[in-house]
Amino acid sequence: MLNNFPLWPDQASTMASRVDALYIFLLLVTGAMALLVFACVAFFAARFRHRPGVRAEQIEGSNALEITWSAIPFLIFMAIFGWGAFVFFQERTPPADAAEVYVVAKQWMWKVEHAEGQREINELHVPVGRDVKLIMTSQDVIHSFYIPAFRIKQDVLPGRYTVEWFRATKPGVYHLFCAEYCGTQHSGMVGSIVVQQPADYEAWMNGASTGPLSASGEKIFAELGCSTCHRSDTQGRGPNLQGVFGKPVQLDDGRTVTADENYLRESILDPGSKRVKGFQPIMPTFQGLVSEEQVNDLVAYIKAISLSKPINGAKTSANRAVSGDSSDTEGQTPPLPSGSKVQ
Amino acid sequence: MQPTIPHPMIPQPVFPEAAEQKNYLNEKYGAWSWLMTTDHKRIALLYLLSITFFFFIGGFFALLIRLELLTPAGDLVQADTYNKLFTMHGMVMVFFFLIPSIPAVLGNFLVPMMIGAKDLAFPRINLLSWYLYIIGGALMMHCMLTGGVDTGWTFYTPFSTGFTNTKIVEAGIAIFIAGFSSILTGLNFVVTIHRMRAPGMTWSRLPLFIWAHYATSIIQLLGTPVIAITIVLVAAERALHLGIFDPKLGGDPLLFQHLFWFYSHPAVYIMILPSMGVITEIIACFSRKRIFGYHFVAFSSIAIAVFGFLVWAHHMFVAGISVYSALVFSFLSYAVALPSAIKVFNWTATLYKGSIHYDAPMLYAFGFLGLFTIGGLTGLFLSALGIDVHVTDTYFVVAHFHYIMVGGAVMGYLGGIHFWWPKISGRLYPEGWARLAALIVFIGFNLTFFPQFLLGYMGMPRRYYDYSHMPEFQILNVMSTAGATILGVGYLLPMVYLLWSMRRGKPASENPWNAAGLEWKTASPPPTFNFDEEPVVTWEAYNYDELDAPHKEEVPVAK
Repeated sequence: MLNNFPLWPDQASTMASRVDALYIFLLLVTGAMALLVFACVAFFAARFRHRPGVRAEQIEGSNALEITWSAIPFLIFMAIFGWGAFVFFQERTPPADAAEVYVVAKQWMWKVEHAEGQREINELHVPVGRDVKLIMTSQDVIHSFYIPAFRIKQDVLPGRYTVEWFRATKPGVYHLFCAEYCGTQHSGMVGSIVVQQPADYEAWMNGASTGPLSASGEKIFAELGCSTCHRSDTQGRGPNLQGVFGKPVQLDDGRTVTADENYLRESILDPGSKRVKGFQPIMPTFQGLVSEEQVNDLVAYIKAISLSKPINGAKTSANRAVSGDSSDTEGQTPPLPSGSKVQ
Repeated sequence: MQPTIPHPMIPQPVFPEAAEQKNYLNEKYGAWSWLMTTDHKRIALLYLLSITFFFFIGGFFALLIRLELLTPAGDLVQADTYNKLFTMHGMVMVFFFLIPSIPAVLGNFLVPMMIGAKDLAFPRINLLSWYLYIIGGALMMHCMLTGGVDTGWTFYTPFSTGFTNTKIVEAGIAIFIAGFSSILTGLNFVVTIHRMRAPGMTWSRLPLFIWAHYATSIIQLLGTPVIAITIVLVAAERALHLGIFDPKLGGDPLLFQHLFWFYSHPAVYIMILPSMGVITEIIACFSRKRIFGYHFVAFSSIAIAVFGFLVWAHHMFVAGISVYSALVFSFLSYAVALPSAIKVFNWTATLYKGSIHYDAPMLYAFGFLGLFTIGGLTGLFLSALGIDVHVTDTYFVVAHFHYIMVGGAVMGYLGGIHFWWPKISGRLYPEGWARLAALIVFIGFNLTFFPQFLLGYMGMPRRYYDYSHMPEFQILNVMSTAGATILGVGYLLPMVYLLWSMRRGKPASENPWNAAGLEWKTASPPPTFNFDEEPVVTWEAYNYDELDAPHKEEVPVAK
């Protein structure tokens, strides 16, 4: 029975041991504080229990004691705060060269797209020892992408990207939970994180590829006619998108923003809101015309032409459909856990 | 002749030996005299009956939740039913039990008496607040009986505004109306405490119960309107499709969370501050001592009320706020932890060199100290950003806030009900049964909620109907359900023996505990206007030194 009664989740990412170290520190510190209070209460309650004829001794208070038991806990609190913030910064700062995986959440499933084109549902394959950055959005309500064995969690919101990252350290299959209540089948919105040795992962990756996201994005970019205005020279009616990702952009209203994933996404779906300086408000909105997956493809494409990295496998882009949701079940999608539904 | 309370379950006490003595219970008879009363003590009893009703409704939902989680598979109820159960459990317990619990019952009964006033400043508004509560409660009952709500008590958007077909607007209106009841109670207390203190009752002679209620009232006054506005905005988006929270309509879902927690975090302090006030009175009485560091305990209540408004986004560390706002809110969360810690240390120090009695109210106070300390210390885990990312939205959070709200607030509430029961009913409760109940509640509570800390760190998310993918969580869930059963017994017991004592309990003297405080210087039960003549206060709060002075005969503590 005890085999089935673990008290500690697996440690399967670089973050897990850091979070656990802080947790153990807190257990010790708060345990000591609790023990101190309980021991005092128990001791006083026993030692000073009512005895006939013995009166309580009235004590007004003591400023010295008050300052002591305010200052010492405050210092301890600040140590906890600092350590917690330090771990949080690491959790929230994806390494620049992390492999990118796009996640689209919907009631009640996780759709995963690797930059190389592999698609999965309610599963995510990753290799040991590689930084992986998840770029996530939701098609409907708020969800939360939670991997207890990695000690990471991030809410996934409709209408914007949120990001989380990890580096897996131990091969195995780990729980993936939706941690933000999202309706009827919230508890069915679970899946598996499959951590593999690099060789196994390569084998899995080569199983079937539909071409990288950026190649799909390039195709959509052409099909939707984006390239007529966003030309690769300075003559276009829209800004040249080469090299734009990650750079500051001067806006028409005088602000400067960084062209990150969220900015690219917003500019596709709501182009008027943050218009680049010097351009007319002529771009139509693509809200409702492109699926979340297609937005991801477009963003991946714009990033690819910005980072001057060679687009891996660009030549194989032709075999991938652009027709959105119907492609969920394509390719090497693993068998679905019972109860999940593909729409 | 017997007075009629508008509730068939509670028999009215008879006072054969005090038949000629008029008090607030026998001054007038008949349902009308209760429904139209402006006496703060009668209104307190009306509240007592109503919140007890809702407590058992909410408790019934909790029991069904625990039964469903006994096995990993979803087998007792449907998924949608389960989602409604935890939603209604939360809404009923938060808005219709915990928030009104101590302020509207014990606060209503005691605030005027403790400061030497005849009634609250606005007796009719006080009655109005009960009617608003009842209208809100009736609407909530109607909402639950005709389908209910499945969003969780947190109503997160855009799920609540665009993706559920349940009765959001009706539940919203019920909470909106009950919110005004809370605002009016807060308003009444603030004005009463400022304007109606008896001669000599200076601010630094006030019982700390009054300071706690003053701080609570400020939160009720300033915070509750925000939840009312938020509910209106949710209803507007749902009914009129105004784009406020749903990104599809141009809204921002995080805006809702900011507005919601701006009220709902301080609301936690509406629940716990009055309980802290009760515990302070009990510890002073049963240690026969003045409170150690009176001013620190008093001002820590105000500090909690002020800082409580500045920490709302610690519910949102993984919701998509920036790293820097997370840092600020984490820091401020430690700032609000400090006044609570100061209170615990001062209570502990009060025991030192006391003369400690182990009566049932004191057992509840000990229980409060233990459970609130655990609840508070686990709050330090949740405020630590790196750990919160892992444990937020898991059972760790569920365990933490139950330790505060049930382990803290409900222990204080039960302790207070026992402590002032002789004053309220004019009868003594059976001490042995009461001690037994306190013990059962303490054991049941820990067995229910301690395993949930472990579950949370293991990673079990909250609001999961079915955990058949992770059967390793079952043993801890079984322990929790077993504990809940014991806890249920612990809560039913006082219901039974308190009702019994109304008829059969020994008549209580004016001051059976030989306690300090003006409420003990009038008859039990008190006359309608509390005092036969206006008291003049010439002593400090908690003058147990004088009460226990050797020239007086030692008054035996009631058994």
